[in-house]
Amino acid sequence: MSTIFGIPTPALFGQVLIGLINGSFYAMLSLGLAVIFGLLRVINFAHGAQYMLGAFAAYLLLNYLGIGYWPALILAPLIVGAIAVVIERTMLSRLYGVDPLYGLLLTFGLALILEGAFRHWFGAAGQPYAAPPQLTGAVNLGFMFMPIYRGWVVIASLVICLGTWLLIEKTRLGAYLRAATENATLVQAFGVNVPLLLTLTYGLGAALAALAGVLAAPIYQVSPLMGTNLIIIVFAVVVVGGMGSILGAIVTGYVLGILEGLTKVFYPEASSIVIFVIMAIVLLVRPAGLFGREE
Amino acid sequence: MAVGTQYLAEQPKLRTTSMVLGAAAIAGMLAAPFFFYPVMLMSVLCFALFACAFNLLIGYVGLLSFGHAAFFGGAAYVTAHAAKVWGLEPLTSILLGAAGAAVMGLIIGFVAIRRQGIYFAMITLALSQMFAFICLQVPFTHGEDGIQGVPRGYLLGLIDLNQPLTMYYVTLAIFLFGFFAIWRIVNSPFGNILKAIRENERRAVSLGYRVDRYKLGAFVMSAALAGLAGGTKAIVFQFATLTDVQWQMSGEVILMTLLGGIGTMIGPIVGAGLVIALQNYLAASNFPVTVLIGIIFVICVLLFRRGIVGEILELMRRKTKGVS
Repeated sequence: MSTIFGIPTPALFGQVLIGLINGSFYAMLSLGLAVIFGLLRVINFAHGAQYMLGAFAAYLLLNYLGIGYWPALILAPLIVGAIAVVIERTMLSRLYGVDPLYGLLLTFGLALILEGAFRHWFGAAGQPYAAPPQLTGAVNLGFMFMPIYRGWVVIASLVICLGTWLLIEKTRLGAYLRAATENATLVQAFGVNVPLLLTLTYGLGAALAALAGVLAAPIYQVSPLMGTNLIIIVFAVVVVGGMGSILGAIVTGYVLGILEGLTKVFYPEASSIVIFVIMAIVLLVRPAGLFGREE
Repeated sequence: MAVGTQYLAEQPKLRTTSMVLGAAAIAGMLAAPFFFYPVMLMSVLCFALFACAFNLLIGYVGLLSFGHAAFFGGAAYVTAHAAKVWGLEPLTSILLGAAGAAVMGLIIGFVAIRRQGIYFAMITLALSQMFAFICLQVPFTHGEDGIQGVPRGYLLGLIDLNQPLTMYYVTLAIFLFGFFAIWRIVNSPFGNILKAIRENERRAVSLGYRVDRYKLGAFVMSAALAGLAGGTKAIVFQFATLTDVQWQMSGEVILMTLLGGIGTMIGPIVGAGLVIALQNYLAASNFPVTVLIGIIFVICVLLFRRGIVGEILELMRRKTKGVS
């Protein structure tokens, strides 16, 4: 059996793949956080809960309405996005103009409510959610076996990240969004409905989180706690990448995911803390983050 | 955020009133164990000190730490280990815990003060989560089991702390010491510089203050006092577990401070009392505590950001202003 640095190749590639999968979720979630923060100046602590909500929406759609994976991929983000729009209109919009820390505290409270409620109804244990029949099985890549669903998640997340990036960088709506990020008052003076833009942005960010949640459902089990533990790691990813750049958030997500996977091969004890260690080092060397701008 | 202390300093009359109230409060705390269950009171005192320590940072420097559980729980581990494995005297163990928390505060603070505002919150959260992962893995914390059966021992080798009433008065003394320390810090020249940094960091820099050093100093003090609370809790409840280092605990201390009133001296105590009482009350019912904590967060942020004590002080201020 071939080895690299004394590690069997299949084990190494296996961990790199797991790292790439985790990185896909880091990238999708930090992307949503960065989009929301860019315009609303709110760190959406409920992002993890919205991711969990997406997974649960898929699970509930399947088990109570018999709606499968493919429709859920569209329906779950729509449902969660709609809930987020209500949250933004009724609560978050009251906090624009006060210290941004209150936005963090509000969304933290919302995350606790959602997590606590689902834990109360479904228990802390995970619920299984099967991958769709089209994506089950594995394919032999020559150097390793790859489960098809995992390959699909990596490709889908790349498409989602690229699509969001194009939406923001290349479309008219994205141009409004970027302009409002720079100077909301001025953009409003030009006749753009900025409050509506804020609402849509929050809805879009939450829908992205929910989409990631549906993608995650067959890989990780659907559990009430799946979001919050993840979101803390994503916070570290966001600090490493710096929030200034959408592309930076995406790249940092994948790279840190793979680094975490590699740590699992070479020094497994440190794999759960490696991202935090990297964050600390980056803060010492480049406080604004790798892609961030000094404020 | 902090109207309370400045307001009291401006009003000499109110200052004497508050001193009388303070004396009455201490008398009440001395008599309390004859009316309430001492264990719950000690729990309130530990968390009240924890919240006051946290408030030193958010209320007077304007830094929201989302990782204070690391200091509280970390100190609990150190104290529990010192008392159980090394067989040290309880007060020494508690002070060792506080010292350990101060060292951790120095390390975490050194990294975290490089960013402000919302980033500071995220960084402290991430670093404390890292600490929680470490606690899960290293042998000395005993992982999921925690350190159980910590002896309360004899204070200074003489006074038996297994008597609930004795333990209560020792806890009260530690709490009052911590509270007084915070009061001294806040009303010192050092505290005034902290408030200047909170109000306008750039101006403080332009006045020649090394802002980072003051922030780090405040962070270490806050961590040490949170550790004092955590160490005391380990002796009172005779265990130290992962619960105390996890992010939920950081969230709870934020809630206590927010509910009572950020930047007021007694707000965190009121908040701690209310949250502990609610948790005790809900423990008997089927209603999930997390949901209620979340609801209180949302209500506080949306309706009364000054907290209970802060809103009362604001009302009093408006009243006196209206009269004169």
